[in-house]
Amino acid sequence: MMRYTFYFIITALVALGSFIAYERHQHTQIPLIPGQSKSVWLIEAKIEFEPEKKTPVLVSLNIPDQTPGYRLFFEQSSSAGYGFSTVSDNGQRRAQWSIREASSKQTLFYKIQIVQDDTSSSSQELEEISTAPRIIWTKAEELAKKDLLDKAFARSSNDETLTHELIKLFSSTSMQESSSLLLLNKTKIDVVNAILNEAGVKSRVAMGLYLEDARRNQSLTPMIEVYHQDRWILFDAHTAKQNIKEDFFLWHRGGSLIEVVGGFNAQVSFSMVKQNMPALELAMAHYDDSAFGLFSIHSLPIEEQSIFKMLLLLPMGALITVLMRLLIGIRTSGTFMPVLIAMAFLQTTLLPGLITFIMIVAVGLVLRSYLSYLNLLLVSRIATTIIIVIFIVIMASLVGYNLGFHTGMTVAVFPIIILAWTIERMSILWEEDGAKEVFIQGFGSLFVATLAYLVMQSSLVGHLSFNYPELNLVVLAFMMLMGRYTGYRLSELYRFREFKGN
Amino acid sequence: MSFFSSFQTLKSLGVLGMNARNVNYISKYNDRKLYPLVDNKLKTKLLAQKAGINTPKLFFTLSKQHDVGKLKEHLHGLDAFVLKPARGSGGKGILVITARENEKFIKSNGESVCIEVLMRHVTNILAGLYSLSGTPDIAICEDLIIADPLLKGYSYEGVPDIRIIIFRGYPVMAMLRLATKLSDGKANLHQGAVGVGINLQSAQASHAVMEQSKILLHPDTKNKLSEITIANWHELLELACKCYEMTHLGYLGADIVIDQNRGPMLLELNARPGLSIQVANAAGLVPRLQEIEKIQEIDPDPKKRIDFALSQNWF
Repeated sequence: MMRYTFYFIITALVALGSFIAYERHQHTQIPLIPGQSKSVWLIEAKIEFEPEKKTPVLVSLNIPDQTPGYRLFFEQSSSAGYGFSTVSDNGQRRAQWSIREASSKQTLFYKIQIVQDDTSSSSQELEEISTAPRIIWTKAEELAKKDLLDKAFARSSNDETLTHELIKLFSSTSMQESSSLLLLNKTKIDVVNAILNEAGVKSRVAMGLYLEDARRNQSLTPMIEVYHQDRWILFDAHTAKQNIKEDFFLWHRGGSLIEVVGGFNAQVSFSMVKQNMPALELAMAHYDDSAFGLFSIHSLPIEEQSIFKMLLLLPMGALITVLMRLLIGIRTSGTFMPVLIAMAFLQTTLLPGLITFIMIVAVGLVLRSYLSYLNLLLVSRIATTIIIVIFIVIMASLVGYNLGFHTGMTVAVFPIIILAWTIERMSILWEEDGAKEVFIQGFGSLFVATLAYLVMQSSLVGHLSFNYPELNLVVLAFMMLMGRYTGYRLSELYRFREFKGN
Repeated sequence: MSFFSSFQTLKSLGVLGMNARNVNYISKYNDRKLYPLVDNKLKTKLLAQKAGINTPKLFFTLSKQHDVGKLKEHLHGLDAFVLKPARGSGGKGILVITARENEKFIKSNGESVCIEVLMRHVTNILAGLYSLSGTPDIAICEDLIIADPLLKGYSYEGVPDIRIIIFRGYPVMAMLRLATKLSDGKANLHQGAVGVGINLQSAQASHAVMEQSKILLHPDTKNKLSEITIANWHELLELACKCYEMTHLGYLGADIVIDQNRGPMLLELNARPGLSIQVANAAGLVPRLQEIEKIQEIDPDPKKRIDFALSQNWF
């Protein structure tokens, strides 16, 4: 039964680790592979108006709120001397600029950054429909309207197809008479929207931008939006196309785009540019306050973060040690000493780290061999070795610095106590088992340390262990599984080489 | 000759690997709380005395640093003795004095040392230099074993010892360990000692290795190893098997020496016996261990257990 409990725990750990990682990925969009970048659109709305003399000015711009297919993660306004706020008004989000007095032509900027995001839900719920101002039709228009609607109604089965047919009829030659009459002094969008509203179809006008790289002085394009089967469907009012292209960004729905109190000749123009941004930074910028953001290491101060960044690498280093010892059978001096050495290598980089490590241990061994003659008690001997190691490290740093090697300074990151113990162990090993064993264990330790370093410094491991710490549960499960491995070690194939099959 | 064996070969021959030994036998049959009984030679010794198992005579123990000054008094009248740590491993820290000349002590390798050297050695032992985890230790002084002349000729210095693997109280494999010049008088195989596989039924040498390669002659004494036969074999096996009742450790290595005057004596016990015994016997442990594992009820009589083990067709 113990067996089943064990395998149950292993499975549970793997499942839990993977599940949390999957959920975190889904919720925060933190990329699984480091260095991924996403294209980000920077859109800038430029508002120009002329203020009235000596009157307070209040400018209100309709700004994006829920934007299907895109996620808004940054907004900013730049306008010297203006007070700025964003307000929610009747289901719309509006940016407001205010100033007591202004003169000459004024220019205000509102900038947003958006990123394509398929998971960002399109507004599913029925929002407040800001009904278009009722149009007063003339008798003739009334007839033309009825004619169009009846035809479209006959050809359709529901609100969606009705809208589609209605828009098509406006462009068909057979109905040119009626349509041109209706469009005499009104826009097609307004007419179609009004007809649909009067026919009891939930529809509204939505304004959006076609995203194209490096465009300036763009204006919003109106679209018809129809509520059907619990979702809003966009219709191009000219082509009746339903599948609006991916690069269409909804700016606002209903309401007026710009309102200026105390000014006139207000104009809004848009310019946009496509940028590339690291996907990780993007995820960080947005999800700081989500549940995953709250329980992620990113919520800690930077100083603590860097400590955890190192700490979270340790399991991978330990895993390498487990594999090397249990599968390969490499002998090391001290079980996890190689991992700690590898951690030091992370800061010194490999080659300078190896050189300084070998140098410190070698010098330490020479000095320690003298201590053997002094017949000191163990604790004080190790304490002495610690002081010796500290002096060696200081000397190495000074010599390195004066010779112009900047890496000399990082020698101090080597764990002093571990080094002292390594020297002590190696020294006893030398006395008892000879130099050969010292070299075997020394080489084994450095080999494992180098391997652990190479794994720990790989950007993928660093990225995953820091951003998805729960993946360490999977590592843990694997290590526990290795604890039940009863197969031969690779070194035993050599050790038992005298055994030959028939 | 290839330098490696294959996984399949080792498996089919039933060779026990380190991982399998640790998981399937040591952690399963050896209760950790019993480890101190064998890791501490003093405890083993006292336990053995209680159980009526023959061990080298204990002269005195030293456990405090200020007792070291009294070493000379303690050694008064002792000509041949062994100073060793209670919790040493792998034969570390064992100092053998074979004779005395005036104020000087003669070590087993002929070197003569003064009392200060012995005092420093005891200090090192107490500080934990030789103990398993570097923790403070106790120094034991016991009687020197005088190797049986029959075996003495096969060993270079040191006393030959016999390692017997006892599984659930049943003997499963045995080997004779002979010190060499290379091993510096120590009987550890990884230090270069010769391992001679001993057939459990006939008490005769079956196979011999040094540095994991097959040999026929002792490298230093040039004696033919295949001619070795251990005397008083049944008495020796019984001594080893009694250690199971004494410690209740299921997977045990008993190191036994044969003294010229006092016969077989338990030197020490090991809860994590090494795997080289398989190389010395050119046989795997797994089939034997599995056979013993099948036994439902362990016979309380060591003699009957030996009879059972010797009746198996392992050989």
